[in-house]
Amino acid sequence: MSDTIVLGAVAYDPKVVTIWDGFRAWLRQRGCDMDYVLYSNYERQVEDLVARRLSVAWNSPLAWVRARRLDPSAQAVLMRDTDRDLTSVVVVRSDSPVNDVAELAGRVVGTGAIDSPQATLIPLDLMGELPISVRRFDVGIGLHGDHIGGERDAARALAAGEIDAACMIDANHLRFAAEGILPAGSTRVIAQTPLYDHCNMTALGGSSPALEQFTALLLGMDYADATARPLLDLEGLTRWVPGRTSGYEPLESAVDRAGFYDRKGEVTADEYRP
Amino acid sequence: MSTIDLGSLGVDCGAHLLLDRTLSRLAPGQKVEVSGTDVNLGFHLPVWARSRGHRFVSGPPPTIVRGDVDSNRLSGAIRAGVTSDVVDQAPASWGLAARGALVETGGPPLVGADLNERDVVWSEVAPRLYAQAAAGQWDPATAIDWTPPGLPAEIEAAVVQTMTYLIENEQAALTVPARFLGRIHPHFREVVGFLATQVADEARHVEVFTRRAGLCGHLLGVSGAGGRASLQTLVDEPEWSNASFLLSVLGEGSFLSLLSFLQRHAPDPVTARVAQLAQVDEARHVSFALGHLGEFVTHRPVGRDRLRAALERRHDALVSTSGLSAAVHDSLVVLAAGSWDPAAIGIGWEAVQDLQRDMDEGRRRRLVRLGFTETQAEEMSALHTKNFM
Repeated sequence: MSDTIVLGAVAYDPKVVTIWDGFRAWLRQRGCDMDYVLYSNYERQVEDLVARRLSVAWNSPLAWVRARRLDPSAQAVLMRDTDRDLTSVVVVRSDSPVNDVAELAGRVVGTGAIDSPQATLIPLDLMGELPISVRRFDVGIGLHGDHIGGERDAARALAAGEIDAACMIDANHLRFAAEGILPAGSTRVIAQTPLYDHCNMTALGGSSPALEQFTALLLGMDYADATARPLLDLEGLTRWVPGRTSGYEPLESAVDRAGFYDRKGEVTADEYRP
Repeated sequence: MSTIDLGSLGVDCGAHLLLDRTLSRLAPGQKVEVSGTDVNLGFHLPVWARSRGHRFVSGPPPTIVRGDVDSNRLSGAIRAGVTSDVVDQAPASWGLAARGALVETGGPPLVGADLNERDVVWSEVAPRLYAQAAAGQWDPATAIDWTPPGLPAEIEAAVVQTMTYLIENEQAALTVPARFLGRIHPHFREVVGFLATQVADEARHVEVFTRRAGLCGHLLGVSGAGGRASLQTLVDEPEWSNASFLLSVLGEGSFLSLLSFLQRHAPDPVTARVAQLAQVDEARHVSFALGHLGEFVTHRPVGRDRLRAALERRHDALVSTSGLSAAVHDSLVVLAAGSWDPAAIGIGWEAVQDLQRDMDEGRRRRLVRLGFTETQAEEMSALHTKNFM
């Protein structure tokens, strides 16, 4: 592969074009020849990464798990400061008789899309073998929960009394309050998952001068720099931080329990057609 | 160590305001201990802190370490001048920010506001004349008694023809400042504000002249090709100072005489009243143009030459057109005569001759105020369009 950094990203929203166009221009102005390729789903992106068609992939946590299983040389070179130490919550209506996860037995729990780490896989792992009825809100399959439509639909169904509990990432509990879907005081959190990490910039194998330059430039992006700030705001971070892989254990465990991928990274989940 | 007690207020219903307020008083790296009784506080606090670039320490007690995002956001921010004065040149990077605002860097530059130099745009009279204009807006529905006057049909026709002419002239006088409004940097807000009132004034004039024209059920009169050609040269003038000079000093200046003539000779009170109200507004437009062009030619020694060249170009462009249409001229005579009696028509004719002399004197007087010599003023006044505006 030449000195060009070919970055893969998933087009979960039209703004993804704006984001990576912006990063490409910002990097090129600083001597880093980056181009990007957009994917309609994370599975094909990961497959292209391990086929060495990409230099780096801007991966969801689930895509990271698969990339690592497909190719153990996968490394997380970068992540956003906002990707670290997230949690998901299980929420019931304030007037619900349910006070903890065990009391959800026999009840209907709403989740996000089948492949959402934060609104499906990790929270369901928290419930273990509890006999619950899962109602999945499959929006944006293949986007690994980047499209929060399923999460939002589950919240709406909770508010409407159609389900007994809903799973969502912690930040979306605040967001849905602001959107009026789950007004403040209308819900109660009965469980919170352990801390986990979210997206990372995945590369394979050893480093290269081009990758080191790419990484160094992104790590140097300064929120005080007016040319960088709009890009950081759009991508939802205040600074890039070095990648770490210590925050993916909850998802690894959840993927195994759900049988989403096998240990070699093949897709084994039923009903999953990205 | 700072502390903040949020009481029962949740982050999902406004507690972040209290957190912001407390953190804004701290330096990056300083900590605040947070207490509160909202049941969701424990997991909303880290979410909020993360999204705002602060660090959360779960404690107990839960603690937020102030990050540097808020201060970095305003890194390099500069004030867009001061509220009470204008700068020599307003940069495009200030965008639409209020004069004196703290402007965060990185926003889009203001595109199209190329009139951004004090010497070209600003006038010391702008704040005062804007205030006068804002206070002087009148309501066409109540400022005029719209009772139909019941004039003889041919006198009414002369009024209607005059109004038809006035309407298209006022439309041109509306379009010209409107074209420049978006090109003037908003830093010079009193100038922008004044021009906005000028546009509103002209819209009102169009309305009242239209209403007077139709008051007795007559069809509107003729719109002459020569008159429209003359007005088109005003609308087409691309340069702000030239346009202001041609429209407001020479054109609207001449119209002051015309509107005064209409008040004096109007055959009915409605015509007299609309002319009077319009004249007050037009006088303000002329004052503004004289003020800002007076400063312009003081700052720019070649300014007078450029204004004169613009006048000569317009004259050359119009040399093959007919100027004021016979229909308009004759209507003014009939309107001043008030009847078809030969003696009255003679008096009307003389009155229109006086009007044209009055217009010429006014133009020369204003040109001298702009620093032209008496001889230059006489020559230049003669070059002004025969269509008056």
